[in-house]
Amino acid sequence: MALLLLILESLLIFVFILLFCVAYIILAERKILGHMQGRFGPMHTGWHGMLQPIADILKCLIKENIMPTAADKIVFILAPVMSILPAIMCLAVIPFSKNIYAADLNIGVLYLLALGSLGVYGVATCGWAGNSKYGLLGSIRSTAQLISYEVPMGLAVLGPVMMARSLNLIKIVEAQKSFWYILIQPVGFFIFVVCSAAETNRIPFDLPEAETELVAGFHVEYSGFKFVAFFLAEYMHMFVTSAMAAILFLGGWKGPFFPGPIWFMIKVYSFLVLYIWARGTFPRYRYDQLMQLGWKFLLPLSLANLVLTSIGIVIFG
Amino acid sequence: MGLIENKFEKNILITSVDKLFNWARTRSLWPMTFGLACCAIEMMAAGGDHYDLDRFGMGVFRATPRQADVMIVAGTVTKKMAPIVRHLYDQMPEPKYVIAMGNCAISGGIFKTYSVVQGVEKIIPVDVYIPGCPPRPEALFYGLFKLQKKIEKETIAKK
Repeated sequence: MALLLLILESLLIFVFILLFCVAYIILAERKILGHMQGRFGPMHTGWHGMLQPIADILKCLIKENIMPTAADKIVFILAPVMSILPAIMCLAVIPFSKNIYAADLNIGVLYLLALGSLGVYGVATCGWAGNSKYGLLGSIRSTAQLISYEVPMGLAVLGPVMMARSLNLIKIVEAQKSFWYILIQPVGFFIFVVCSAAETNRIPFDLPEAETELVAGFHVEYSGFKFVAFFLAEYMHMFVTSAMAAILFLGGWKGPFFPGPIWFMIKVYSFLVLYIWARGTFPRYRYDQLMQLGWKFLLPLSLANLVLTSIGIVIFG
Repeated sequence: MGLIENKFEKNILITSVDKLFNWARTRSLWPMTFGLACCAIEMMAAGGDHYDLDRFGMGVFRATPRQADVMIVAGTVTKKMAPIVRHLYDQMPEPKYVIAMGNCAISGGIFKTYSVVQGVEKIIPVDVYIPGCPPRPEALFYGLFKLQKKIEKETIAKK
């Protein structure tokens, strides 16, 4: 019983720290975007805006929770939960270091891909439940986008998996002892970066919440803390995909001088900065361009990459 | 309103909760993306890089009224637009605030005609008036700080 409590306690602390990290990605995004545009970003809430995410989340927590009369009540309440739960569950298998992780699954990669696609249900039901045309359009777009980018992403992930001969995340990192997989799999890494931006609904693929067309996209009817749940789920998905990139292609916690977790966090956060940089740089794709990119360019490229990788493995062992 | 408003008498515990809540509310006033006329250009300038509304945590312009805190009525409210303004105001969740920006929103301004609402307070309650035609971004900032001062006096106790 005491052991169980201890495990629960440590898990709670783990989740709390991660939520904290995720909340500060939002501040990082506002600061970096601000500096890219010649502004400062939040400055007056705490030292250089350090308390800004706390103020934002607290304010949303104490705001009125609106339930539209035409909404599907149960689904409306369940949608944010369905969105944030898979994102938190993904964090369970991510190894921050050789021995800092919640679960050591032998099918870690498969688990991450499966739960990542479960997040679609949160978005899809959310647009449906609000009974608003903008929300519905946003969730239809999101469903199509996530399904079509899941395929090249899965194929891109297969490269490192084949080279490490394991689906276990820790074994994949251990297999990158001498070199990082990005050196042999640059095409796979490129496909993974593009697809993960699409999977997390980030600019330039933020069609589900395109403000100029769909008001606020799938969460158009959500206010208060339910909206924050969607927001946190999005950023947590970003965190998880960045961690996946760090593990599969950038050698996870491996690196000189610093201890493992610090290297891991450096890699994850530099990947997150890449996302934010893309947001400050690119305009949004048109819907048909998005589908063309996914099916006509990324899918053949990832298949070719897969075939070449397997030939290389057969030849060089 | 929320779950704990108007539930308690005034007592010593409420003061710190009030302080915390008001701190959060004043520090993250999210305006609605909603411009009616030329004052909206000044509002956009206030959000842009020279003036930068985001320094005060107010730069998150939300496109949907469900996620906004403050509605900046920036411009002339015509009679045709009035029902829509009211509708958007009703869709915002409590606590919500309204800023009437510019002479047209305050009193109809120079448009004393059959087609213009003579002041937005005829359709929705206004918290802060910002005169000017159009007011400069600094004036909008001053109005928002006045709104912050007003929010700081709020309490969750029974009135």
